[in-house]
This record gives sequence, structure tokens and C-alpha cells, in this order.
Amino acid sequence: MERVRSAVYLEEKIARGFLWASVLVTLGAMLAIVFHILEQGLVHVNWTFLTDEPRFMGKEGGIFPTIVSTVYLILLSLAIATPIGIMAAIQLTEYTQKGPLVKTIRFATETLAGIPSIIFGLFGFAFLVLFMGFSWSLLSGGLTLAFMVLPTIVRTSEEAIKSVPLSYREGSMALGATKWQTVWKIVLPSALPGIVTGVILSIGRVVGETAAVILTAGSSLNIPTSVMDPARSMSVHLYILAMEGISMEKAYATAAVLIILIFIINTIANRIMRKMSSNLAA
Amino acid sequence: MRKIHETIIEKLLLFSAVVAVLVVALITYFIFADGLPVMQKYGIAHFITGSDWHPLDKQFGLLPMIAGSFLVTLGALVIGVPLSVGCAIFLAEIAPKQVTRIIRPAIELLAGIPSVVYGFYGLVILVPLIRELFGGRGFSILGGSVVLAIMILPTVVNISEDAIRAVPREYKEGSLALGATHWQTIKKVIVPSARSGILTAIVLGMGRAIGETMAVIMVVGNVATLPESILDPIRTLTGNIAIEMGYAAGEHSQALFATGIVLFAIIMILNFMVTLVPKRVGE
Repeated sequence: MERVRSAVYLEEKIARGFLWASVLVTLGAMLAIVFHILEQGLVHVNWTFLTDEPRFMGKEGGIFPTIVSTVYLILLSLAIATPIGIMAAIQLTEYTQKGPLVKTIRFATETLAGIPSIIFGLFGFAFLVLFMGFSWSLLSGGLTLAFMVLPTIVRTSEEAIKSVPLSYREGSMALGATKWQTVWKIVLPSALPGIVTGVILSIGRVVGETAAVILTAGSSLNIPTSVMDPARSMSVHLYILAMEGISMEKAYATAAVLIILIFIINTIANRIMRKMSSNLAA
Repeated sequence: MRKIHETIIEKLLLFSAVVAVLVVALITYFIFADGLPVMQKYGIAHFITGSDWHPLDKQFGLLPMIAGSFLVTLGALVIGVPLSVGCAIFLAEIAPKQVTRIIRPAIELLAGIPSVVYGFYGLVILVPLIRELFGGRGFSILGGSVVLAIMILPTVVNISEDAIRAVPREYKEGSLALGATHWQTIKKVIVPSARSGILTAIVLGMGRAIGETMAVIMVVGNVATLPESILDPIRTLTGNIAIEMGYAAGEHSQALFATGIVLFAIIMILNFMVTLVPKRVGE
């Protein structure tokens, strides 16, 4: 009896040890990556690096055009995906919730979320770059990225809309508002923080995407002046710097900028989410 | 007047919802239209079982890449799943509040870090480390597996944790009341009850690992041959497309779309497997 009991306690201890270890390894991996990149990269990040043109394929100079291109890609893809995503979410939550069409739409959204980015890249290349004749451009890249983030926006918007209490809608309808007036004036404003969180998380995805961007927007280092110009995002720039061995120093610096950007994006998303949950609780 | 206004909006909403369906249909059509003809011409068997990839000599064997994708994914699961499920159990069952407050943002940051940054870290740290510890060139299945294990962590942790938290309290209380220790309860009651959710998490993580491109390219060496050990370099299906798409033309380009079809098929099978997982125990 005594032996059985001590075996149980030993197992308990080992198990706890394993669980703690798995968390520590995870935290350790995260810290190792972030600290290494920031430590090696931040020393090369300064105002000139952010605002200067790259020279010799990025071996010297800064990353200004890639920042501009990244911002354009974010604006373009979200300008397309946000309205479509929110409207799709409204349709799925407020208008029709059942039936074969809704099932198909849900299946398609889930499928879209699972498709690897390189497939999006291939598709963007075949459909937008070649078939539609947009060539390697901000437009091709922006559209491809819009398709990629669409499921995220639909899903987060749906969650946000669903969390709006039913009584809000009933109150509005009772006052004689139409269905759409209720959605537009009551439901959407209440769901806004959740929707914004989804959009912000999508920005993170656009910033980090490489494979699909390189196949659709190209890798030109010039500052794009129209949506038909090719462009190189920061992630693509980092990939090329590192893989072609152009400059490890600049690669570290670019990676550090990317990590800081993601850190800012996550922090903003968390702030909004926390505010939202405290609002709902109130 | 108001009636027309509302009808137009409803049409617009419906159209937006259908966009996702259209995009999926377009993707399927364009990948297959470009990849299928060359697959039919040389035979599907040539693509799936051929082990020589010499696209300029009309040798389109994708077996090394299929093997590469699966091996590197398997490695990622072997390393990543115990870690992730461990983290999930810890977060749901054991973690004090303050610890959770540190771990959760850390996992979110891990989820947000661009894949190319992981690849870069693998290239500058992991590859030289493997080279020093085990010999060889360092670009290897092992390197790819470690990088992917970290990358799938957030997905598997989040979904498993939700599954574990969804286990009814009574199960746990009943087990503890019968005198089981906390770990016995976790092992015999909580994890088995959350089994389907954890399985879903693993399959989704697997999908992410197979679909990952840039991070893998940077650490696996991209040699299109069948590997003999985990220290050998490999090439994945995704890498095959990304590396050669830039300069491929004619049948070579079509063969890359065929690679896309194979990848697409694998992902669809995985997605289908997720729907097969029963939602609750006993269903």
C-alpha cells in the first residue's frame, strides 16, 4: 500500500515536472528567438535605416521602399477584405443562419482558412498576374492577400456580432427600426471592437506573409507609384537578404523591425479586446 | 423607398458571403487547369511515385518532395505535440494566474512572428548548431522539424486548451472526490474527455506544418532527393513551388502547378479528417 502510494506521488511529481518543463521550453524558445534577433538587429536600426533607399540590392542603405510597399499592401488588402468580410459575417449571423447555401459558405470559409499561402501565391500568379494581366503588382499582391485574410475577418466579425446581446436588437426593432437599421445603428457599433481586433490581427498576417507576396507582387526595390507597380514587402526583403546572402546585418535589422511591428500590433489588439470584455461585463 | 434600400443591402450582403465560395472555386479551377494537363500527359503515377525531379528532362517525380513534406511534418509533430499539449494542460489546469498572464502573450507573439523570421533564426542559429553537434551540412529534416514545431505550437496549444477547458467540471470533481490525484484526474479523465479537441488541434497543426513555405525553405537545404537520415537535406512540396516558380516555363511551370495539386489534395484530406473527428466523447 505504502509503495503504491509513493509511486502515485512520484508520478504526480514527474508529470508536474514535465508540464512545467514544456511551458519553460516554449517560453525559452520564444525569448531565445526574440532576444537574439533584437540584440543583433536593433544596433543597426536607426532613423536612416528606416528612411533611406537601399543601395547595392540592400547591402547598404535602408529599407524605406519596402516599408512603403508593406503599408500599401496592408491598405489595399484590408480595403478589399474588411467590407466583404464584415458583410459576409452580417449575412451569416443576422440574416440567414441555416440552409445549404450557408453550409456551403461556411465550408468555403473554412477551406480558405486552411489553404497554404503558397497555393494562394500560385493562384494569384495564374489568375491575377497572368490571366487578368495585372502582372507583378501591388494590385495582384493586395488582392491575393485580401483572399488570404478574408476568413480571419469573417470569423472574428461573426464572433463579435454574436456576442451582442439579443435584447439590443429587440429594443431597436420594438422602436420601429428596420432590420438593416438595427444592424447598422445598434449591432455593428456594439460589435466594433471585436471586428477591429480581427482587422488588426489580419494586418499582422499581411505583414508576415512572404510566399504569396513574392509570387504576386514581385520583388522590385523601387517605391511603387501606382497599384500596377511591382513591390517588395519587408518580409520578402528579409527573405532575399538572408537567402542570397546579401547582408546578414541588414537582415537582422529588418527582422528586428518586423518583430517590433508584430509586438505593437499584438499589444493594440489585446488592449481593444480587454476593453471590449470589460465593456460587455459592465 | 425604404423597402428597395433594404433589398439592395440584402443582395450586397449575400454577395459578400458568396465571395468566399467564389474564391475557393477560382483557386481550385486555376490550380487544376494549369496542373492537370501535364499530370494526365505523363500519368499521375509518374508524379506521385517517381523519385527523379529533373523538370528540364521531363522527369517530374514528386516522391522526394512528398516524403520531405511528410517527414519534416512528422518531426514537427513528434517535437511539438508533447510540448503543446503539455502547455495546454498546464494553462488550463495548473497555471497560477500570474504565470498565465506571462505565457499567453508569449504564445500570441509566437503566433504573430512572421514565418520568414523563424526561417531566418533557423538559418543563422539552428543550422550551424546542428552542423556542430551532429556533423553534416546542418540543412536537414531535423532543422526543419524544430522550426516547424515552434511554429505550430500556438495553434495546437490554443485549440487543445479550449478543448480541455470545455470538459465539464463535474467530471473533474467526481474523479477528485473518488480520491484520484490531480495528475491521475488529468490523465484518466480530463485528457480522454478532451481527446477529440486535442486531435483536431493536432490535425490543424499538421496542416500548418505541411503548408509552411518560407521558414522551411531556409533550413532544409532543398535537395530533391529521398533522404536517408534526419540529418539529410530535403525539399518540401511547398519549397518546390516557391523555389522554381520564378524561372519555370512551359511544362516545368505546369509541373509546379501539379505540385500544387498534390499539396492541395493533402490539405483537403486533412480538412476532411478534422470534420470526421467526433465533437464530443461518445458521439
